[in-house]
Amino acid sequence: MAPAALINVPAKARRGDVIEIKALTSHIMETGYRRTAAGEIVPRDIITSFICRFNGAEVFRADFFPAIAANPYLSFFMVANDSGKFDFEWTGDHGFGATASASISVVE
Amino acid sequence: MMDQQDETTRRHFLTLAGGAALAGAVPTITIRPAEATPATLSTAIRNVIGEAPLHIGRVKLDIPPLVENGNTLPMTVSVASPMSPQDHVKSIHVFNEKNPQPNIGNFYLSPSSGRAQVSTRIRLADSQKVVAIAQLSDGSFWQTSIDVVVTLAACTEEVL
Repeated sequence: MAPAALINVPAKARRGDVIEIKALTSHIMETGYRRTAAGEIVPRDIITSFICRFNGAEVFRADFFPAIAANPYLSFFMVANDSGKFDFEWTGDHGFGATASASISVVE
Repeated sequence: MMDQQDETTRRHFLTLAGGAALAGAVPTITIRPAEATPATLSTAIRNVIGEAPLHIGRVKLDIPPLVENGNTLPMTVSVASPMSPQDHVKSIHVFNEKNPQPNIGNFYLSPSSGRAQVSTRIRLADSQKVVAIAQLSDGSFWQTSIDVVVTLAACTEEVL
């Protein structure tokens, strides 16, 4: 099952603009509190961490708990100072990992 | 907003009045009223803020106040902050009162964030209070809370 990520970053911005970054990845975010009809607990399987780096440096990070809905969505902001590349990384239970990237070109 | 603050203050007072010896102690700390899981919620909050005082204000929490389905609720937290190197929001922490676990999410920002606002989608297992706390660069903590009514719960339902 290849994890699918959707990223929304403006392709262009003027220097100094505050831009919105949206990131969504497909994941069940199984809480670990649900039971099957037979009464057995369904084991927890969640994404626990999200990191956004810009040109290699961390600019935003989040910790997720079971109370984050399935297919976790995030929107956050950043000042566009330079052109460059965003790298997004999700990690979670049972060795889950997913990455995505996006580029922005900053003009005067 | 005022109503909410008044109510919090009133509950706070009543809680304190219960232990008369404590009346008047550190009025900026909101002590949780006796509800379903006040201990786990306040422990989770203390794990983040330590012994620091918790101020009310600055933070804005947007969640629909009445939802049918607790499985996915849009949530936006924003903080009034210039987001300058001298004065910015370092982190935002969101908690709930009645889910099996008190934490919802932690979000770490920096002056390069430009705007102190984060959105995501959350689950609520019941009608309850959601609390958002922001840590500013001067080390102070600010909070707001909102009551959400959920008619269909999330998290604990049976898998078919």
